[in-house]
Amino acid sequence: MTNPTLAAGAVERHLRARRDTGRGLLMPYVTGGITPGWTDYLRAFAAAGADAIEVGLPFSDPTLDGVTIQRAGDTALARGASTRRILADLSGVPDLGVPLVASTYYNLVLHDGPEAFCAALRRAGVGGLIVPDLPVHEADELTGAAAAAGIELVLLASPATPRPRLAEISRRSRGFVYAVSLMGTTGERAALAASAAELTERIRHVTDRPVLLGFGISTPDQAREARRHADGVVVGAAVMRRVLDGAGPDDLRAFLATLRQALDQECD
Amino acid sequence: MRDVLPGREPVPPDGTMGVPQARGRFGEYGGRYAPESLVEACREVDEAFRAAWADPGFRGALARLLAVYAGRPTPLTPAHRLSEALGVRLYLKREDLTHTGSHKINNVLGQALLATRMGRRRLIAETGAGQHGVATATAAALLGLEATVFMGERDIERQALNVFRMRMLGAEVVPVTAGSRTLKDATSEAMRHWVGATGDSHYCIGSVVGPDPYPWMVREFQRVIGDEARGQCAAELRTGVPDHVVACVGGGSNAAGTFAGFADTPARLVGVEAEGGAGAARGRLGVMHGCRSLFLQDDDGQIIQAHSIAAGLDYPGVGPEHAHLRDLGRARYVTVTDDEAVGAAVRLARTEGIVPALESAHALAWVIRAAGDGDLPAGSTVLMTLSGRGDKDASTLKELL
Repeated sequence: MTNPTLAAGAVERHLRARRDTGRGLLMPYVTGGITPGWTDYLRAFAAAGADAIEVGLPFSDPTLDGVTIQRAGDTALARGASTRRILADLSGVPDLGVPLVASTYYNLVLHDGPEAFCAALRRAGVGGLIVPDLPVHEADELTGAAAAAGIELVLLASPATPRPRLAEISRRSRGFVYAVSLMGTTGERAALAASAAELTERIRHVTDRPVLLGFGISTPDQAREARRHADGVVVGAAVMRRVLDGAGPDDLRAFLATLRQALDQECD
Repeated sequence: MRDVLPGREPVPPDGTMGVPQARGRFGEYGGRYAPESLVEACREVDEAFRAAWADPGFRGALARLLAVYAGRPTPLTPAHRLSEALGVRLYLKREDLTHTGSHKINNVLGQALLATRMGRRRLIAETGAGQHGVATATAAALLGLEATVFMGERDIERQALNVFRMRMLGAEVVPVTAGSRTLKDATSEAMRHWVGATGDSHYCIGSVVGPDPYPWMVREFQRVIGDEARGQCAAELRTGVPDHVVACVGGGSNAAGTFAGFADTPARLVGVEAEGGAGAARGRLGVMHGCRSLFLQDDDGQIIQAHSIAAGLDYPGVGPEHAHLRDLGRARYVTVTDDEAVGAAVRLARTEGIVPALESAHALAWVIRAAGDGDLPAGSTVLMTLSGRGDKDASTLKELL
C-alpha cells in the first residue's frame, strides 16, 4: 500500500493535517454569484473556522438538490452568474488559508471540456471538485483531466452503495470521501439520518482518507452527532436558507461559529 | 434551418438499434450519469430487465396484456384522401387507437410488469402532455400498484383533461413549480423523489431518456410499434418496406420504437422535432437526467427551456440513441413550427376523420411540407406513426381555431 499522505493533493493534505490534530472538519457551502459581494461570505466562513469551503457553480437543472439549493442556484443564475464570472470573482480573492472545492453538475464540465474546465478552476485557485451526477464508473474522462490540472476530484458514497463499489470510490476519490448521509436530496432535516453512522463506518473500513458527512446537517447538535462518526461535516442548505433570507457575511460567521464550537466540543 | 444533416444513404445497419455497447453506450451517448444514490437502483432495473426480456414467461405475459388490454396490434391505415392530395402513399400506424390513446401504454405495461416482478409497490413517473402519466396511472390500477406522477404546473393547466383522468384512475398528481414548469422540470423532480424511494418504488421513465438501462429498455418496450408495422407494410406494400419512416420526437420513444422495426431496411428514417425543442437537430453534447446526449444549451452550458405547443415535445434534449442515429446518418432530424403542426392536425381531421395529438401532428406536418417541396418524391411510400389521439389538445386548439 502506498503512503496515502505522500500521494495526496493539497486539499487532502490540509484536511488530514487538521484531522490528525483531533479537529472536527467543517466545510460550509455557498452558491457562487448569489449576491453581488458573495465572496465576502468566503472570508466570513474562513474567519468562523471553516477547514474547506465548497463553492457551488449553479446549473439550471440540479437533480440532486432540494428546494433551498435549487432556489439559490436560480437566484444566482437570474443575477447573471456563470462558471466564468464566478471563477473570475474567485481569482480576485486573497488566499483564505483554507482550500476551495467547487461543486457542479457534469453538464457544465462537459460544456467547456474536462481539461479546460479543470484548468480554469486551477487558475482561479480552486483545489477540489465535486460532481454529484458523475458516479465513479463514468468518472474516467474527468479523473485524468483533473489530476493533470492538480484538481482533486471528490467522489460521493451513498447508503445504497454496495461494498465493492464503496472500496473503489474510496480508492479513487481525492481530497476526501463525501458521505451522503441519507437517501434523498440536499436540504435541512430535523435529525441526522440513521444511515449516516452506518455508511461512515463502512467507508472507514476501506479507507483512511478524510470522510465528510453531508446532506441534511443543519444544526450544532447534528454536527456534534455527525462528528462522532465522521471526520467532519458539509453544511449547505442551512447556510443558503439564511443567505436567501437576507443574512449577511457577519450573520453567517456567527452561525458557523456555533457549528465550529459544536465540532470542537466533541474532541474534549 | 430545417435539416442539420442532409438525407444520406443509410449506413450498413449491422448492430444498429440492437443491444447497446458496454456501459449503456450508443456511440458516445448514453451511459449512467446518475447520482451515486441511484446507481444501485439503476443496476437493479438493468438486471431485472435483462432477465425478464430473456424470459418467455415475461414476454408472453406482456404480449397478452398488449393484446387483450391495450388493443394491439394497432391497424395500419392508408390515408387515401390525404395521399391523393399530397402525391405520396401515406400509411398511418395507429397508436392513437390503443387503450389510453397513445403509444405510451406499450412501455408502461412493460415497466409495470417489471416493477411487479421486482417486488415494487409503487410507480413514479414524470409526464408532459399527460399521456405517459395517464398510461402509468392505468397500468398501476390494472396491476394493483400505487402511482405518483410529477407534472409541471404549466402542463397541468394546458392538459386538464389528462390530469383529471390520472386522478380518476387513483394516481397522485404532484405539481412541479420549478423552472419552466414543464416536462424537463417534472423529470428532475421525479428523479429527486426516486432518490428517496428506491426501496419500494420503480421509476417508470416515459421516454428513451434517463440513465442506462432506460433508453434501451423503453425502446425495446416500444419496438412493438415498428415490428408490427414492418409486418403490416410487408403485407400491404408491393415493395414490402416503405421508402420513408416518419415519427415525431420529443425524448423520442415512439420514433425509437418505430425505427427499431426498420433499422435494418433501406427505409429512410425521419424524426420530426418541434421548432422550439429540437434537441437532435440543434442540441450540443451534454449530460442531463442521467444520460449523455444532445441538449439545447446557452453559451454558459445552462439548459435552455424548450417551447412547443405540444407538451410532449417540450423537452430540450433527445434520447441518446437518436443522437447516435443522427451522427451515423442513419436517421435525419427535422423541425416543424407550432403553426405547421396545428395546420396538419386540422388537415388530418378533415381529410381522414382522425384528430391527432399535436405531438403526432408534427410528424404529419413534415410529411405535408416534404411532399410539397420535393423532399418526398411523388409516389413515395411513407409510414408515419400516429403516436396519439388529439382529445387532450381540445382546449389548446379551441383557442386557436
